[in-house]
Amino acid sequence: MTATKLLRHETILAVLTVIALAVLASLSDKFFTVENLLNQGRLMSEVGLVALAMTFVIVTGGIDLSVGSILGLTAILLGVFWKNLGLPLPLAMLAAIACGTFAGWVNGFIITRFRVPPLIATLATLALYRGLAEGISEARSVRGYPEWFFFFGQGEVLGVPFQLWLLGLATVIAAVILGLTPFGRATYAIGANETAARFSGIRVNATKLWIYTAAGFLSALAAVVFVSRVTTTRSDMGTGLELDVITGVVLGGTSIFGGRGTIIGTVLGLILIQALKNGLSLSGVKGDGTIVVIGLVLIGAILAGALFDRNRGG
Amino acid sequence: MSAASPAIGRSNLHRFLSGYGQEIVVLLSIVALFIVVGAVNPRFLSDNNINSIFAGNAYIAIAAIGMSMIIMAGHIDVSVGALIGVIATIAGTLAVAGYPVWIAWTVPILFAIMVNAGVGALVAYTRIPSIVVTLGMLSILKGGLITATAGEWISGMPVEFMIAQMRPFGIPSAVWFMVGLTIVAALFMRYTDFGRAIYAVGGNMEAARAAGINPERTVVGVFALHGFFAGVAGILFATQLQVIQSTVPPNLELTVITASVIGGVSILGGTGTVIGSTLAAILFACIGSALIFLNVSAYWLRAVLGLMILATVLADMARRRRAR
Repeated sequence: MTATKLLRHETILAVLTVIALAVLASLSDKFFTVENLLNQGRLMSEVGLVALAMTFVIVTGGIDLSVGSILGLTAILLGVFWKNLGLPLPLAMLAAIACGTFAGWVNGFIITRFRVPPLIATLATLALYRGLAEGISEARSVRGYPEWFFFFGQGEVLGVPFQLWLLGLATVIAAVILGLTPFGRATYAIGANETAARFSGIRVNATKLWIYTAAGFLSALAAVVFVSRVTTTRSDMGTGLELDVITGVVLGGTSIFGGRGTIIGTVLGLILIQALKNGLSLSGVKGDGTIVVIGLVLIGAILAGALFDRNRGG
Repeated sequence: MSAASPAIGRSNLHRFLSGYGQEIVVLLSIVALFIVVGAVNPRFLSDNNINSIFAGNAYIAIAAIGMSMIIMAGHIDVSVGALIGVIATIAGTLAVAGYPVWIAWTVPILFAIMVNAGVGALVAYTRIPSIVVTLGMLSILKGGLITATAGEWISGMPVEFMIAQMRPFGIPSAVWFMVGLTIVAALFMRYTDFGRAIYAVGGNMEAARAAGINPERTVVGVFALHGFFAGVAGILFATQLQVIQSTVPPNLELTVITASVIGGVSILGGTGTVIGSTLAAILFACIGSALIFLNVSAYWLRAVLGLMILATVLADMARRRRAR
C-alpha cells in the first residue's frame, strides 16, 4: 500500500472540508472569525480526544460503544470522590481518571480473554457503566466546583482554549504512535489479518488491551474537560458520544473492517462535522436539522469510498 | 425395541433442552421472579401491575422479533428506536389530521418497511457494514423527527385509533399482537425457505450462496421484515398513551438489541429463536417492575441489564468453546 493510495481518502476529505468551510463562510460572516473558530475547537475537543483512541480501536477491526458511558461514569465518580468522599479535588480527578481507564481495561480484558466480539462486549459495558453512573448518582448532579477547576474547560493559554492544546498534543502523540512505531504497525496488522498477525509474532492481545485501555483513559480525560466546561456533573453526560466519535472516525477514512485509517483523516473528519454543525446553525438551520446532514454525509462518504474501492479493485 | 425407547426419549429431551436452553432459562427466570417478588410484595401480582408489565412492553418484544432476525442474519440495526419514534409521530399526525384509522395504521408501517428495505439494499449491495449504515440512519431519523415536529407533542387522537388500548376478549390487544406475531414469526423462521435462508446467511454467507440462496436478496428481505415489526411496534407505542411525545424513546434500540441477545440469539449470527427474544423482553419488564416493588432504586436497572448481557454473552462464548 503506497502513501498516495493511503492518502487518497484524506485528500478528498481535505478538499471537501475546504469547500464546506468556504461555502459556510460565504453563508454567514460570523463563521470565519477567530473567536468563532476557537470556540468551535473548544466544543470539538471532547469528541476529538475520544476519537483519537477510537481510530486505533477501529483500525484493529474493533469498536468501542462504551466511551460515552465511561465519560458519564468518570464525571459522576469525580463528583462523588470530591463531594461525598471529601477527597481533595486534584486527587479526585486522578482517582476518577484511573477508574475510567480501568473501565477501558475491563473492555479490553473481556474482548481479548473471552473472545467476545467488541460490538457486543462494549454494548454490554455501555449499559453497565451508564447504569453504574445512574445508580451511584441517583440522578443527582454535583455543582459548586472551585474556580481554578474551570481552567480545564474554559481557560485559555496564549489565547487558545486549554483543551485545544490538550487535543493538539494528544493528536501528535497518537499520530506518531500509529504512523511511526512498531505498536502502530502492529495495530494495522491486527486489523488487516488478526490470525496472520498472531503467527508473525505480534502480541495481539496485549496490543488490543492497551488500545481499549487508552480509549478508557481518553474518555476519562474528556470527562474532566467536559465537567469543567459545563461546571456540573450529571449522570447522562456523554450519552450518544459514541455515535459522534464513530461518525468522525469513519468519515475520516478509517475502514470499519480494520486495517486502514489515519489520525489525520480522523482530525479532518472531526473538523468537517464540527464545521457543518456550526455553519448550518449560523446560517439558520435549526439545531437538529444538522444531525440529518451529518447522517447523510456519513452514508454518502462511506458509499463514495466503497464505490472507489470497487472501481480500483475491479 | 422397548429397551431402546427410553434412551431415545432421553436423547430427544436432551436435544430439546440444548436447542431451547436459553429460552428455558429465561422462562424459568420470569417464573422465579414472579414467585419471589410476589411473596415479598403481593401487589406485584395485582392485575394492574401484570397488565402494565405485559401490555406496556409488548412493543419492545415485537421490535425484538425483527431485531432477532437481523442479528441471526449476521447484521445489526442501531436505528430501530429512532424509527419507532418516527412511525409513532407519522401515525399520530395522520390520525389527528382526520384520515381513516386504517390509513393511520398502515401507511407508517409501509413507510418503515420501505425505509428498512433501503437500508438493507445499501448493506447488501454496497457491502457497507450495517452498523455504519444504521448509525447514519439513526442521525437522519432522529434529526428529521425533531426538526419536523419541533419537539411538540401530539394529542387528541380519535378513540378508534388507539389500538393498543383496545381489549378484545378482556386481554389488551398489545398482548394479542405480541403473542400472535411471536408465534407466526417462530413458525416462519422454522418452516419457510426464507426463514431458513436467514439462518444460513447468518451462519456462513458464502456457504449459503453455494447452496443456492441469494444472500443479497435475503438481507434486503430480512431488513424489510424487521421494518414491518418496527412499524407494528411504532403503532402500539403511538397508541398506548393519550399523547405521543415526538422524541425518540431514549436507549430503546439498546433495550431491543439486549432482548434479542439475552433471548438466545447468538451474537455471532446463525442461531437463535424469536420466542427467546420475546421472553427476554418480558423478563426485562418484570425486572424493571420488580425493582420498584422491592424498593430498589430504579436507577440501578440499567446496570442490572448490562450485567445480564455480559453474563449471557460470556455463557454463550463458553458454550461455543465447549461445542468445538
